[in-house]
Amino acid sequence: MAIVFDGTRESYVERLSEFLDSGQKDAPEWITTLRREAISGFAKLGFPTLSDEEWRFTNLEVLRRGSFSIAENGISGVSKKSVDSYGFPGLDCLRLVFVNGRFASSLSDTRDAGKEILVKSLSEAICEQGDLVKDHLARYADYEKDAFISLNTSYFEDGAFVYVPDGTVFEKPVHVLHVSTDEGHPLFINPRNLIIVGQNSVAKVIEHYVSASQSVYFSNVVTEVVCGENANLEHYRLEFESQKAFNFSTLRVNQQKNSNIASHSVLCGGAIVRNNVHPVLGGEGCNSDIYGLFISEGRQHMDNFMRVEHASPHCDSRQFYNGVLDGRSKGVFHGRILVHEGAEKTDAKQTNRNLLLSDTAQIDTKPQLEIYNDDVKCTHGATIGQMDEEALFYLRSRGVSMRQAKIIMLQAFTAETLEHMSIDSVREVLEGVVMKWFEQRLQNGKGK
Amino acid sequence: MLEVKNLHVQVDDKEILKGMNITVAPGEVHSIMGPNGSGKSTLAQVLAGKETYEVTEGEVTFQGKDLLDLEPEERACEGIFLAFQYPVEIPGVANTYLLREALNAKREYRDEKPLKHIEFAKLAREKMKALGIDEDLLKRSVNAGFSGGEKKRNEIFQMQILEPTLAVLDETDSGLDIDALKIVANGVNSMKDSGRSFIVITHYQRLLNYIVPDFVHVMVDGKIVRSGGKELAYELEEKGYAGF
Repeated sequence: MAIVFDGTRESYVERLSEFLDSGQKDAPEWITTLRREAISGFAKLGFPTLSDEEWRFTNLEVLRRGSFSIAENGISGVSKKSVDSYGFPGLDCLRLVFVNGRFASSLSDTRDAGKEILVKSLSEAICEQGDLVKDHLARYADYEKDAFISLNTSYFEDGAFVYVPDGTVFEKPVHVLHVSTDEGHPLFINPRNLIIVGQNSVAKVIEHYVSASQSVYFSNVVTEVVCGENANLEHYRLEFESQKAFNFSTLRVNQQKNSNIASHSVLCGGAIVRNNVHPVLGGEGCNSDIYGLFISEGRQHMDNFMRVEHASPHCDSRQFYNGVLDGRSKGVFHGRILVHEGAEKTDAKQTNRNLLLSDTAQIDTKPQLEIYNDDVKCTHGATIGQMDEEALFYLRSRGVSMRQAKIIMLQAFTAETLEHMSIDSVREVLEGVVMKWFEQRLQNGKGK
Repeated sequence: MLEVKNLHVQVDDKEILKGMNITVAPGEVHSIMGPNGSGKSTLAQVLAGKETYEVTEGEVTFQGKDLLDLEPEERACEGIFLAFQYPVEIPGVANTYLLREALNAKREYRDEKPLKHIEFAKLAREKMKALGIDEDLLKRSVNAGFSGGEKKRNEIFQMQILEPTLAVLDETDSGLDIDALKIVANGVNSMKDSGRSFIVITHYQRLLNYIVPDFVHVMVDGKIVRSGGKELAYELEEKGYAGF
């Protein structure tokens, strides 16, 4: 029988035992205990409301009224061919595919992982590398403070597990593809990913969320990343969910001494999207580069919540987020930089630039610096504007058509974030997607 | 080539051009001089098609066509080029990209094949060399972070690539040191031919030592109050605009 949630806090709390009885009977006890602890977190928290400072721009009423259920049909409905269509041309990579939060082994390809590197589903890793997973899973993403993390920790079924042992340069990117399908009723999907990059190691992971249909569903993602001493991770989160989907996601990164991460988020789909990026620079000499591009139209709502936590001295962070908003869409950029008492010589910078293509699009941008140390350098800047008329005229005066001039300007704007991606084929695919999006906007006679 | 008749233009209900007349024949160099606020730059922007300027009366014909009827990009493709007084900075758009797009838009307009990358690069290199422009300027974003002199030279470089029929230079000499001024002037002089005309807008007679005009026009309060040969420029230099 389907496990159905009616949107109330109680339903999410009460259905856990059903969930545990149905598909989780063989799970190790510590996982079951973890799920029970997490749901008691949610029981206390409930869904946030507009009166929560961190949620004041994003109304979740529609989520509280929505009925969702756990997927039942397995991975049918997604073919190898359709999975290939979500790939990146010419990219030599490993692939983990999940359908509605469940591992699709037959669609995945992990043959070339190499010695000691583990690229597999989290549920497999829980069985086979229980101790390793136990050391890290739910140790960073706090299920007692964040309702969505609580729900994910309670109800996750599967997700990617990537483990790169110490001293390993793993150049081949891992493409983690999460596909959602239509089962006739709105689904509640909880992908859970765990990425562990050992000391002096290098890894690249592409999390990719797509939908095979334009259906309504509630996708609630948590990714935990451990970046060991002097490790280097490039992480992508590409959100191309259905235009009717609710997508909440948290990227929680634990950075150790001298580690380096580059995080790239591109948000395009979803009716209501919340993108939490939360690195903790937990050892001396860390570096975090956080790039994001969100493009929205219609009535889409995209909320980007950054929490960059400087917990150690001599760490650098850079946030660079650009938004392009059309129609009646709304964007939020909440950029919080938290510098702990001992984190002297922190160098943190934050930039958020927004381009409004219509008179009815809206953006709320809010920097928030919380600094408990005197010896720091923190800067922030935000801009909101229409397309630069002077620049358009200049381009046109050289013979470039209005339409082409707009495309050139938009390309330049989005390139500010995309150009930092080191995987060329991913960047090129995204440039193509963004380009197509612009062309559709301009065709609709908008984008003025 | 260009005929401006009784042109009246206003911005925000304020009339700037008040019955402007000028006729430019092929191969001629015209200089328009005048005090600040006399409407020189407005004329330049109106010729290029800036939409914030409202034409309330008069007509402009360019090679037999009603210029005011054309979009800015159509005017450019028809052969009009404006060297901006204040070239616009466009971060993220490489100079070379803009120029290739512009040149190929113009070629497409004339039913010519677009230039290949390598052909364009060759053309650009030749022109840059003559103007003493560093090649990395091609890769840099359009005017972004350029010095004043670099911006002006970049305008002349664009003009050389696009080879207009009528070039309007709006105070291209302002703020240039003498070396840069010579480079700009050489850039213009090297393009002079019997089919190409120039309108050189300037405050200073200095530039006209290097670009010798066929006609000098004095513009005051939105119209031309006197026209003459190049000797008029010397008279202005001596007496100023007070007498007009």
